[in-house]
Amino acid sequence: MTANTADARTVSAQVPDHGLSQEQLQEAFYDLDEHDHPEGGSTMLGFWIYLMSDCLIFAMLFAAYGVLGGNFAAGPGPKELFELPLIALNTAMLLFSSITYGFAMLAMEKGSVKGTQLWLLVTGFFGLCFLGIEIYEFTHLIMEGAGPWRSGFLTAFFSLVGTHGLHVTFGLIWLVTLVIQVGMKGLIPANKRRLMCLSLFWHFLDVIWIGVFTFVYLMGML
Amino acid sequence: MADTQTRPEELAGKHMHASAHSHGHDEHDGAAHGSMREYVIGFLLSVVLTAVPFWLVMSGAIADKQATALVIMAFAIVQIVVHMIYFLHMNTKSEGGWTMMALIFTVIIVVIALSGSLWVMYHLNYNMMPSMSEMGQLP
Repeated sequence: MTANTADARTVSAQVPDHGLSQEQLQEAFYDLDEHDHPEGGSTMLGFWIYLMSDCLIFAMLFAAYGVLGGNFAAGPGPKELFELPLIALNTAMLLFSSITYGFAMLAMEKGSVKGTQLWLLVTGFFGLCFLGIEIYEFTHLIMEGAGPWRSGFLTAFFSLVGTHGLHVTFGLIWLVTLVIQVGMKGLIPANKRRLMCLSLFWHFLDVIWIGVFTFVYLMGML
Repeated sequence: MADTQTRPEELAGKHMHASAHSHGHDEHDGAAHGSMREYVIGFLLSVVLTAVPFWLVMSGAIADKQATALVIMAFAIVQIVVHMIYFLHMNTKSEGGWTMMALIFTVIIVVIALSGSLWVMYHLNYNMMPSMSEMGQLP
């Protein structure tokens, strides 16, 4: 109780009176003490920031599509290639998977291991349908000779939609991993955290898909 | 001086400090949870917000293409907001507001990147386009 407080006194003599002690002032500006960081406490924020950076990747791919989307190189354009009923079905699959993931989260909060696993598997099924339809669409395009090498438009299209598809694929792998982990360890805090991260990831992919079907498919068909 | 840790009033102050700051260390204030009602409302809204644009484009209900484009873009923006609220449970309070901050920052960057790219590249295309007189001289 000597040098420091004496120091503080002299300083506080110079600054205007905030009605705060020097200690309080210091605390307001600096984290003087390393307080407790429980495990996983910052995971959700960190994961959200990852999603935001992922969002920037998609923004760049959308920008590339916006710039190159009209460069058909005398090849086929969206009107000849896209089939809206197929895309509508695809969109429905992703929407269904979004609400079933919501049900998985609700089952998780009730603490039901079986319910969580069941709804996760239903989500996975819809995700798989989405991927299947997308792969069918891609192979169909490539068989028609409209592969990514055909024109700037198709390069940008495959990059954008393909990147989204890859995200869904990794989401599915993650989902199956979590079904197994929940089965082995139950709904422990770590697993709940992982399920919440995947929830953000999965719904985020749905948000990106809104942009894809609106700007790529629907606007392309106009 | 003074191991401050030993002073009880300091300790009390520290606890207050930690809770006032709300760094989101608590497992449960991180991401908000939804309820069944929220998920169902979100789902129904997004079904409508998806179905209408598809119907507009597939049936050609609005003759003017530009008007259709504007309408489906508006639907997309509304649907994105619906997903953010009902599925991603965005609010201004989760993680002490930092998720919202990150989102606002990202939206600003995305808008700048998208509009900037399109604007610049459109003008580049326009300025690099051979004019009709030049076209005539091409072999």
